[in-house]
Amino acid sequence: MENANHLANAKFSPLEYAFWACTLLPFLVTPNYLSLASQIAITALFALSLDLILGYAGIVSLGHAAFFGAGAYTAGLIAKHYWTEPISALFIAGATAGLVGYALSHIVVRFRHLALIMLTLGFGLLLAEAANSASALTGGADGLQGFRVPGVLGFTFDMFGRAAYAYALGVLFVSFLVARRVIHSPFGLALRGIRENPLRMPAIGAPSLAHLRKAYTIAAVMAGIAGAVLTHTTSTVSLETLSFGRSADVLVILILGGAGRLYGGIVGAIIYMVARDQFSGANPQYWYFWIGLLLVAVVMFLPNGILGGLSALRKKPQ
Amino acid sequence: MLSAKNLNKSFGSLVVAQDVALELPKGARHALIGPNGAGKTTLINLLTGLLAADSGQIFLGDAEITSLKPHERVRRGLARTFQINALFPRLTALESVTLAILERERHAHNWWRGLAAHRQAIDEASTILASLNVPLERETRELPYGQQRLLEIALALATRPRVLLLDEPAAGVPKDESAALFRAIESLSGELAILFIEHDMDVVFRFASRIIVMVGGRILVEGTPDEVGRDPRVREVYLGRHARAA
Repeated sequence: MENANHLANAKFSPLEYAFWACTLLPFLVTPNYLSLASQIAITALFALSLDLILGYAGIVSLGHAAFFGAGAYTAGLIAKHYWTEPISALFIAGATAGLVGYALSHIVVRFRHLALIMLTLGFGLLLAEAANSASALTGGADGLQGFRVPGVLGFTFDMFGRAAYAYALGVLFVSFLVARRVIHSPFGLALRGIRENPLRMPAIGAPSLAHLRKAYTIAAVMAGIAGAVLTHTTSTVSLETLSFGRSADVLVILILGGAGRLYGGIVGAIIYMVARDQFSGANPQYWYFWIGLLLVAVVMFLPNGILGGLSALRKKPQ
Repeated sequence: MLSAKNLNKSFGSLVVAQDVALELPKGARHALIGPNGAGKTTLINLLTGLLAADSGQIFLGDAEITSLKPHERVRRGLARTFQINALFPRLTALESVTLAILERERHAHNWWRGLAAHRQAIDEASTILASLNVPLERETRELPYGQQRLLEIALALATRPRVLLLDEPAAGVPKDESAALFRAIESLSGELAILFIEHDMDVVFRFASRIIVMVGGRILVEGTPDEVGRDPRVREVYLGRHARAA
């Protein structure tokens, strides 16, 4: 889906137009599943933000929920104590998560491999426990409650979930355009250079660490925005937004879909969330079994994820 | 153009550079030779900042660069290539060289403008690669080994260096192709100061204007090919051993 030649003009391909047209289908085809569709769009945005650092810059993270949660809580606090207009809150939530990301980036980008995994995991746990203990501010284990975001741009977040899905999808689409822009920019090429050979980058005059700090910050902003959309569409914030489980899930989703190809996180989110919905309906206790099986199968047979497998299929006949 | 004074470096009790002094004038075509473990690559790593010297000073032009980071030295015009290909496997040759040019022009931080808008950088990269006969659009990992070696040089040239340090540019290249590679190196701008490490004595004596012989972390002799070829210490320590090994 993603053209390999990044130096050419980055125009939307027909397949991409078709894909985004299909994201409107839930309104018509599955109107009873719109709240699931919103969850998918939010998770897809979260996975997209991880793709920027993992798929493009090669930074593995097991603590990416830190930024999702930072955005979610910021949006919740704004709605509870100040105002309930969501768009302005999105920007503030993104900025807050970005600040957290920028601060952590000074440490994180100096490490790689196992140390990096442990560091991001550690920071994620730190933030989750901090939110847990600051219960006066965050509501602790009960979560942040007692506010309601009525709607966006005059559309009401009602029980049918039409406005909520439109909102989540709209934010996903705009963020996707930004991410796509970044990937096709000189900075995006520099990130791929770092992923391909971090040691060689200084020898072509590249300030790798500065590049990585910037990528980490952009990804944190995007994750924070995803968290804020979740807050706005559910009118509650739980500690789960900061949890290790969420960090691990988003990593699984990105690997399933295929890292480093922009659409991987979105496709992964669709498959993962629909599978979870179906499996947990059929077998509430053991549904992770099937997710595990899916993950093992994909990693063994499609090392570049589902999209990687598909694009290999497409290339073969030539 | 590039000079070093009293460079020292040791790893524990192992001395890898001892009082090394070096002077590369503009237009230099100097060869750095010596037996394995003499400290040749270490010297390049010290000069480019990959390793920090224990003591000593390095100057590029009139400016001292001893404490600059590697990428800052590159930005001031000190480029190198690596003995073992250190490339970007899944970038095309054109992408790799374009990236180096964008970094040189300080455009690589730009995350908003499309790459296609930086036509000049892409064109310049095409020109550099064409001059070395490297195909543009293939991924680096798919290029034959010899062309990967040329891409190493193209990447270094893209930084628009004043000084170029080549660590065994022909390593792993068949002998008949290595002459072509050195002809390409020879034809680079006369303004450029070049230091190259090379083991093939035919190549060294053919292409070097001066030869520096290193042994055990020290510079043993420096001189013209004639002087070095006649020096009894060199014959003893280096060429003699080389001849016996051959």
